[in-house]
Amino acid sequence: MSGVRKRFGPITAVGGLDLEVPEGICLGLLGPNGAGKSTTMRLLTGQAIADEGRIEVLGRHLPEEAKAARAEMGVTPQLDNLDVDVTVEDNLAVFARLYRVQDVQEAIDRGLRLARLTGRRRDAVDKLSGGMRRRLLLARGLIHRPRLALLDEPTVGLDPQIRTELWSLIDGLRTEGVTILMSTHYIEEAERLADEVAVMAAGKVIARGRPHELISEHAGRETAEVYGPPSRLAEVRANAERQGLAVRPAGPAIAIVGAERAEDGEVPPEAIRRAASLEDVFVLLTGEEAE
Amino acid sequence: MSDVGVRRLEPAAITGVMSREVANFRTFWKATAFSSLLEPVVYLLAFGLGLGVTVVDKVDGLDYVEFVGTGMVATAVIFSSAFPAMFGTFVKERFQRTYDAILAAPVDVEELVSAEMLWIGLRASIFGCFPLIVTMLFGLDPSPGMLVVPLFCFATALGFAGFGIAVAASVAKIDQFNYVTTLVITPLFLVAGTFFPIDDLPQGFQIAAQVNPLHQLVELVRHACFGFQATDLLRFASLIAFALLMWRIAVRRMSRRLID
Repeated sequence: MSGVRKRFGPITAVGGLDLEVPEGICLGLLGPNGAGKSTTMRLLTGQAIADEGRIEVLGRHLPEEAKAARAEMGVTPQLDNLDVDVTVEDNLAVFARLYRVQDVQEAIDRGLRLARLTGRRRDAVDKLSGGMRRRLLLARGLIHRPRLALLDEPTVGLDPQIRTELWSLIDGLRTEGVTILMSTHYIEEAERLADEVAVMAAGKVIARGRPHELISEHAGRETAEVYGPPSRLAEVRANAERQGLAVRPAGPAIAIVGAERAEDGEVPPEAIRRAASLEDVFVLLTGEEAE
Repeated sequence: MSDVGVRRLEPAAITGVMSREVANFRTFWKATAFSSLLEPVVYLLAFGLGLGVTVVDKVDGLDYVEFVGTGMVATAVIFSSAFPAMFGTFVKERFQRTYDAILAAPVDVEELVSAEMLWIGLRASIFGCFPLIVTMLFGLDPSPGMLVVPLFCFATALGFAGFGIAVAASVAKIDQFNYVTTLVITPLFLVAGTFFPIDDLPQGFQIAAQVNPLHQLVELVRHACFGFQATDLLRFASLIAFALLMWRIAVRRMSRRLID
């Protein structure tokens, strides 16, 4: 994507986005709600048309060749759009046909194994748990062995145990060599799965790199968290900012980022020191609280 | 690189979308078939036998039961095409987000709309024949011309399916279908010549009836049962033209709705 802009009336959802995803990596698009991640995904499938800029996916120019590009990519949407009255295997069969898979039965069996739903193949989708439905949604998007998988907030709204299950599925895809573009606003998800992370805000990529590179470039080595009453936190914050240190809110505390650069007395003795994290980078760059 | 998605209106894309409809239809076909069979029976009992016995004896030389029974084909077609197209499309687009899923696969809006229209057309061409079958139980004699009635139903249902899809892609809220039902579908249904002959209406209504696809279908079905006329080819051509026009309008409206 090069210089891509997309507006909805007065709102600019994507504002001059440049993004390249090298083959075989998992790139995490990390950004707060409204950063333009889902619109970026829709632009890549041709379900949204850019007002400006150039988009090429797997060697196909969009929007003219969007349909051909979609044949080689698989999409897992943010919202569950399975056919709930239909059986698990029929849900997979329909998409195997839509993707022109030659051996539909083999694709269904593989999808069921991937979703770990072989024993539930004849159950209607509305009989499945939330986690099972999410796994089925992922398997549906991979039914044709795509070269590129677009995962739009693949674990949003799921409890931690189900999220971990899905992470292992996505990890498996990465090791199979599938190129993955995954949008998320969960820091842990990006840290755990992405080879590279692109931080998005206001429709643009504002930082990109491997998680440890982003941390070292934007947050240094160490972060000091200080807890205390608001008046004390305000005092510590003012003192640290006077010395040129970045400070961010961290729930009930404040976090002094790059604390290893602080001189004596700038970080109070009661501060808890920890290694700098991607969350520090995210909050510093976007100004949003992390999830 | 594969050549999937390079051509327009790929049969595999259309049959793929239709296979989704078939899978869903298997979960509710009994209820739909039940009402499609029972409804003409109720209408025939109420209008055909009730009105036919007490008020009207013959219309245009036909027993009133035969007149209503053959006309009811058009009613069955519009009920099983325009309404499923309107409500089904709106629900799949807005609430179930089915079209988002389909359009993420190598299927475009034109193929999606074509598949939906074809599926509704096929269903309606079967349900449209139910009143004819029921009327036979009330005394209508079978004739060879009846064999082409499904074809007439199919052409008309395609048009009304396109109409319903275009309406669904144009309204902001599902309640707005009430305007369409009251202002468009009910008048079309009433001046189709199902329950009374158009010839007795004021001239304005007679002219309006000529551009009503349902009236053309009613005439074609009656002629299929009791003898074709030379103008029937023209009537059938008008139904094809109606279907083609509605197809293009539906594709255009859905493209605007589904592609940002």
